[in-house]
Amino acid sequence: MTALGKLLRTTAFKLSVAYLVVFVLFAGFILGYVAWNARRVLDDQIMGTVEAEITGLAEQYRIGGIRRLVGVIDRRTREPSASLYLVTTFSGERLAGNVGALPAGVLDDPGIRETDYRRNDETDPVPRRALVRVFVLQGGFRLLVGRDVEERERLGQVIRRALGLSLGLVTVLACLGGWFVTRRVLKRVDAMTDTTRTIMAGDLDGRLAIAGTGDELDRLAQNLNAMLDRIGELMAGMKEVSDNIAHDLKTPLTRLRNRAEEALRTAKTPEDYARALESTIEESDNLIRIFNALLMIARLEAGNAAQPMEDFDAAEVARGVAELYEALAEEAGTPLAVEVADDLPVHGSRELIGQALANLLDNALKYGAAEDGMNEPTPVAVVAGRNANRVEIAVTDRGPGIPEGERGRVLERFARLEGARSKPGFGLGLSLAAAVARLHGGELRLEDNAPGLRAVLSLPLKAGAAA
Amino acid sequence: MRMKILVIEDDQEAAAYLVKAFREAGHVADHAPDGLEGYALAREGQYDVLVVDRMLPKLDGLSVIRSLREQGVDTPVLILSALGQVDDRVKGLRAGGDDYLPKPYAFSELLARVEVLARRRSAPAGEPTTYRVGDLELDRLSHRVVRGDSEIVLQPREFRLLEYLMKHAGQVVTRTMLLENVWDYHFDPQTNVIDVHVSRLRSKIDKGHERPLIHTVRGAGYMVRDGAR
Repeated sequence: MTALGKLLRTTAFKLSVAYLVVFVLFAGFILGYVAWNARRVLDDQIMGTVEAEITGLAEQYRIGGIRRLVGVIDRRTREPSASLYLVTTFSGERLAGNVGALPAGVLDDPGIRETDYRRNDETDPVPRRALVRVFVLQGGFRLLVGRDVEERERLGQVIRRALGLSLGLVTVLACLGGWFVTRRVLKRVDAMTDTTRTIMAGDLDGRLAIAGTGDELDRLAQNLNAMLDRIGELMAGMKEVSDNIAHDLKTPLTRLRNRAEEALRTAKTPEDYARALESTIEESDNLIRIFNALLMIARLEAGNAAQPMEDFDAAEVARGVAELYEALAEEAGTPLAVEVADDLPVHGSRELIGQALANLLDNALKYGAAEDGMNEPTPVAVVAGRNANRVEIAVTDRGPGIPEGERGRVLERFARLEGARSKPGFGLGLSLAAAVARLHGGELRLEDNAPGLRAVLSLPLKAGAAA
Repeated sequence: MRMKILVIEDDQEAAAYLVKAFREAGHVADHAPDGLEGYALAREGQYDVLVVDRMLPKLDGLSVIRSLREQGVDTPVLILSALGQVDDRVKGLRAGGDDYLPKPYAFSELLARVEVLARRRSAPAGEPTTYRVGDLELDRLSHRVVRGDSEIVLQPREFRLLEYLMKHAGQVVTRTMLLENVWDYHFDPQTNVIDVHVSRLRSKIDKGHERPLIHTVRGAGYMVRDGAR
């Protein structure tokens, strides 16, 4: 596309042209209206004068006959800026007046009309225009009285010239303005296009220039930049996830491989082989688990749970999950206290909230045992209730807790505290719970239970539910 | 019970493995490599269970199921899916599937689910009001559980757990099946929560009796059956 073609295709240019057309039509209409009205007023004036003169001349004729009429007309024609007069016999023979030539037939037809004429003292070959009235006197004489309309024509010319001039000027100005605006917009759009090209080429750090005028292009650029920021964040997140996956899957994969190798080397009996294969399957199941959890976290963080969202009672979920873990707690010798208020309506995924709670309870039972008195039963509690317009489900333990400085870190994927590395787990449970909370517009808070950890899943109360 | 199973799966290796494993388990298994052939075979209706992969050439798995249901074929369908999307299960079941298993799966899990599906079909319509296994009797209406002469008091959840196990007496029931059907959750609890519940139930049912009724099936799950058999 040529530069001109590009210019002509821009919205700004098309808008300029549209405005130009509208303006020209409007100006033309106004001037035309003025011209038409002015002409009418002038015509009325002329006709008034002509009528008056005819009435006067007819009176003179009535008083003194044709002789007197001819005398009056002769006198009047000699006055400066005289009207046009002509008196003829019924056969067309000229008796008096200052009108020389007339087109044929004008005198035969009484009434008002516009006609060409020549003064009898003029030799100009171009005929002039006049508005005349032909009157038939008694006795068949024809009386013609008229006024030259040169003035009117001049006015028309002036208006026409004004119209032409203003339209020409407007067109030139509009074209210049349109061209200027278009070029300015086009320049900025071209700059944007260039930037987006480099971004598409892989340079995600590029940002669109903001002119600082606060106009629509600036707003567009700001929004696009915000979008790029978000994409950058997501990309960074994805990269971090894939780095972590690569790193953390290597450990179990290596272990898997080592076991298989070792079995090949040392196994003697079919039982040895069977045991080695079983542990291999177990290990690969763990890998699948890690993988599923990671994928799920990534999807939740991308805001794409693709999970049916419904209204449900969080109290039922809290009780249900607590009940699910109650047997486990009892076996571990950990009393599990459940204090769940009634009617906690939440809009979201029952499945995901259930899983998040299960992760929190799992953690509390796994890591919540007091470090010193191992025999002492350390109570774990599930407490759920309303807090203003939130539904808060807290899982508390009396274990070592999480140091304040570490609370942010443990929400990251694969993050595990030093003391926890000896216990089974992948460091994904809290990340998943936090991702679930964020998906529901809530948050996962880790607090000091003095001693122990208090993990609070805070979710917005279902819209419309009485607080 | 000998079942006729149709595996509709385009991955040759996976399909060969499934067919072989089903045959080893004593069933008859056929294989269709794409959706159209699978649909043609399945619409005859002579299979007990269909195992359908979601992603299939020519006609995708969900369309196969939908078309079969429109034709009035009510053979139970288990959907296999590698998509792993969280809402996959919902979509699959809405299309007319009866059960859903994400890939990768353990064959023992797949076999247990397929057997439950086939049994559900052959069982007479209407659930019996009492289940009986050996000298254990569960009354679903009065919620009473009696073993021999003595009544056993169970918590509501324990009752539902036993009810599900007894409903599928003689069949392997996996941990995830229990979590899905007794607790109505589909996530992976990552811990042996289910085992603890079962062992607690077992201590109430089998303790003090010579013949245990709740059996652990290694590498698969649990089964309720009369030990004498």
